[in-house]
Amino acid sequence: MSGGHSTYTPKSGIGRWIDARMPLPRLVHDSFVSYPVPRNLNYAYTFGGILSIMLVAQILTGVVLAMHYAADTGLAFESVEKIMRDVNSGWLLRYLHSNGASMFFIAVYIHIMRGLYYGSYKAPRELLWILGCIIYLLMMATGFMGYVLPWGQMSFWGATVITGFFTAIPLVGTWIQELLLGGFAVDNPTLNRFFALHYLLPFMIAGVVVLHVWALHVVGQTNPTGIEVKSKTDTVPFTPYATIKDAFGMIVFLAVFAYFVFYIPNYLGHPDNYIVADSLKTPAHIVPEWYYLPFYAILRAITFNIGPIDSKLGGVLAMFGAIAVLFFVPWLDTSKVRSAVYRPWYKLFFWLFVANAIFLGWLGSRPAEGVYVALAQISTFYYFAFFLIIMPVLGIIETPRRLPNSITEAVLEKNKSGGAGHPAGATASPETRG
Amino acid sequence: MKKILTGLTVFGLVTAGALGAALAQEEHSAAEPTHFPIHKPTQESWSFSGPFGTYDKAQLQRGLKVYKEVCSACHSMDLVAFRTLEDLGYTEAQVKALAAEYEVEDGPNADGEMFTRKATPNDHFPAPFPNHAAAAAANNGAAPPDFSLIAKARSAERGFPTFVFDIFTQYAEGGPDYIHALLTGYDEEPPAGMEIAEGTHYNPYFIAGKSLAMAKPLSDDQVTYDDGSPQTVDQYSRDVSAFLMWAAEPHMEARKQTGFRVMAFLLLFGALIYLTKRRVWSNVAH
Amino acid sequence: MSANDTIDPGRRDFLYVATGMAGVVGAGAVAWPFIDQMRPDASTLAASSIEVDVSSLTPGMSLTVKWRGKPVFIRNRTPEEIKAAQDVQLAELKDPVARNANLASDAAATDVDRSAGKDKENWIVMVGVCTHLGCVPLGQQGDFGGWFCPCHGSHYDTAGRIRKGPAPENLPVPTFAFISDTTIRIG
Repeated sequence: MSGGHSTYTPKSGIGRWIDARMPLPRLVHDSFVSYPVPRNLNYAYTFGGILSIMLVAQILTGVVLAMHYAADTGLAFESVEKIMRDVNSGWLLRYLHSNGASMFFIAVYIHIMRGLYYGSYKAPRELLWILGCIIYLLMMATGFMGYVLPWGQMSFWGATVITGFFTAIPLVGTWIQELLLGGFAVDNPTLNRFFALHYLLPFMIAGVVVLHVWALHVVGQTNPTGIEVKSKTDTVPFTPYATIKDAFGMIVFLAVFAYFVFYIPNYLGHPDNYIVADSLKTPAHIVPEWYYLPFYAILRAITFNIGPIDSKLGGVLAMFGAIAVLFFVPWLDTSKVRSAVYRPWYKLFFWLFVANAIFLGWLGSRPAEGVYVALAQISTFYYFAFFLIIMPVLGIIETPRRLPNSITEAVLEKNKSGGAGHPAGATASPETRG
Repeated sequence: MKKILTGLTVFGLVTAGALGAALAQEEHSAAEPTHFPIHKPTQESWSFSGPFGTYDKAQLQRGLKVYKEVCSACHSMDLVAFRTLEDLGYTEAQVKALAAEYEVEDGPNADGEMFTRKATPNDHFPAPFPNHAAAAAANNGAAPPDFSLIAKARSAERGFPTFVFDIFTQYAEGGPDYIHALLTGYDEEPPAGMEIAEGTHYNPYFIAGKSLAMAKPLSDDQVTYDDGSPQTVDQYSRDVSAFLMWAAEPHMEARKQTGFRVMAFLLLFGALIYLTKRRVWSNVAH
Repeated sequence: MSANDTIDPGRRDFLYVATGMAGVVGAGAVAWPFIDQMRPDASTLAASSIEVDVSSLTPGMSLTVKWRGKPVFIRNRTPEEIKAAQDVQLAELKDPVARNANLASDAAATDVDRSAGKDKENWIVMVGVCTHLGCVPLGQQGDFGGWFCPCHGSHYDTAGRIRKGPAPENLPVPTFAFISDTTIRIG
């Protein structure tokens, strides 16, 4: 789509017939075969493909689990256990789905970090980035509602706490919470609507993914140098080059996925969710799934009133703010240079940000007491400072390293210094093979 | 410019370090502990741990005996059907005989009455109490938990950095380790000055407090083993923990066996894809 | 990949074919659990055998029990019903095959082979689902005093054999056995 004219020529009569009526094969060819991608993409760029695989895997396993699941407070827990015990291959499908959610988030976090590192959000890719943020939001909603369905203790109390966020909103908070719950507490109406929405949202994600890929194919991929594609030697056709590289990335990722599913399927879960929900007994520590932990830590870090905003509303605002700030990243980063490769100070702060986010996640799993609160406050400060102070200021005061003139030049330079020993003739013009 | 940034970074690291040190010095009072369990369970060796682990059927049968003769007086096991006991190495006829030892309620019959009948293999273990309220009322307000999933529903926190290593050692036996530690942990004396609430029993391995409502349930020679295994509290605890692990995760063996095949395939397929990838990219510098 | 590593087309083709084949095998293996989960589960299969107490059935009385989600008719037939069924010639039957799961698949539809067997000819056990389109026939009705399916008008005789109407086959006899004088095990 970005490469101008379509190079698709139908080979058969039927192909021409279809092409004249509904050029779907042409669309596929132009988007996934002849579509040019920068030749210097590394494995961090395979996570887009991995994420689409994970979305498909989650939808497939989810649909078959729904064939056995009963969304009723009296039956939900038991029906999940029936899947685990009696349904043929049920244990496999259920563990694939529950661990798949975690893998989905691992992949999306790497994907987001890659975007932040290589400046993939900068013009003209702002919309692409925002669509990604919307997908991430939808994923969080889907994951949260899915976690409620097994109707264990953490399901119930997680739902109670998270819907409780809305009571922080002045005046209409309680009304909104009751609207979400369909009652005064998490109960059968809640479970039923969460099931319906958990089934619906993945298809909405798939819809936004289509837009995300569309936007991507209009502006083209970034690449580790951050320099736009300038000539044909800068790119290779998507198939076979990117296809096979993505495939290898996927297999390695699936091996990690399989390791969790088959050997430590409950590692990422919480033991309390194997206890059926009890509305009269709260577990000692309520913790969300690991992928929400950094935001949970931010929520709990606000223990003080900020002017007219009390700590409860402050925590909720900080938590939603931590996600909302991602939407503004394209305009917060003032740097002229895209990639962190040429920005030594940004690189340092970026890795600090990653370490800080992981640390926040760990803090989220700790009880909110003693020294953990202070640590969470410092970490939360850095989280926001990275976006709101470091990004805008650093872009102005930092002196970037010298940029190469083109992707091809960067590749040749790297290979010269790395001594990879490629035949000089072959490097100049990538051969196109079908 | 560079100096300011370095200064800020150093300041950040020093602050974090200082707080970390403060965290490490957090005091623990022996008489008034605030974090449970007081002692972490020891890691026992289980036949079912690791990538090739399998259940020891003789052990599961012994564990079932302990459950039947001791635990089942108070603890239900609602989700386990008798028919699944064939996994323990029993024949269909043995399972049928075993199920027939229990009475279950059925009905209504043609007259609209509920009646009791002998359990069949398709029935589940009947609960010792008719409902949750009855279970709580008979046990000083603390209903004994159901045992179907107890081995997955209990696990002492591992802490950093152990929880990272657990990924690579495939540690997934937190449940049976905890159950074994709890059952063998009743003999320890509470430290001086600790107050134990009346009607509760001190156990430093209990996950949710310093003492629990359940008294020490097992004693030596309480259950007779037919296969010559030692009739000790330690052995009983070990066997019943293994049995409860099976009850919670009956398809574990199939899972690990499938896992081996899947990993082997992914390794092979990954190698092929990698070679193909190298070949495809062989004349493009990247 | 060193500069002097020339591409051998044979090796390349082998590599591509092997990779493709492995991919196909992998995709097939992944598809299996998704199909497997649709099969009847362990609890359903375990419930596929039931025991029925028939001590209260005197001649002329019927009992309908549920087996595998379907009605099973158990009838203690009267001597007149047995006689009527025995008098029917095989040539008159629309479906001359016994359809009895306890016998060979080509056993003839004689009255004794439709019933519980010699000395137990008064007992007839059959799945009460019309072989036309699955409705439940009504007992002791129709032109032959057996069963009559009101949906599309199929008439069965006192041995459950199709005699008139659109149904193609006799009512099927499930696998069953008397495990005592008064208890039948179905399945």
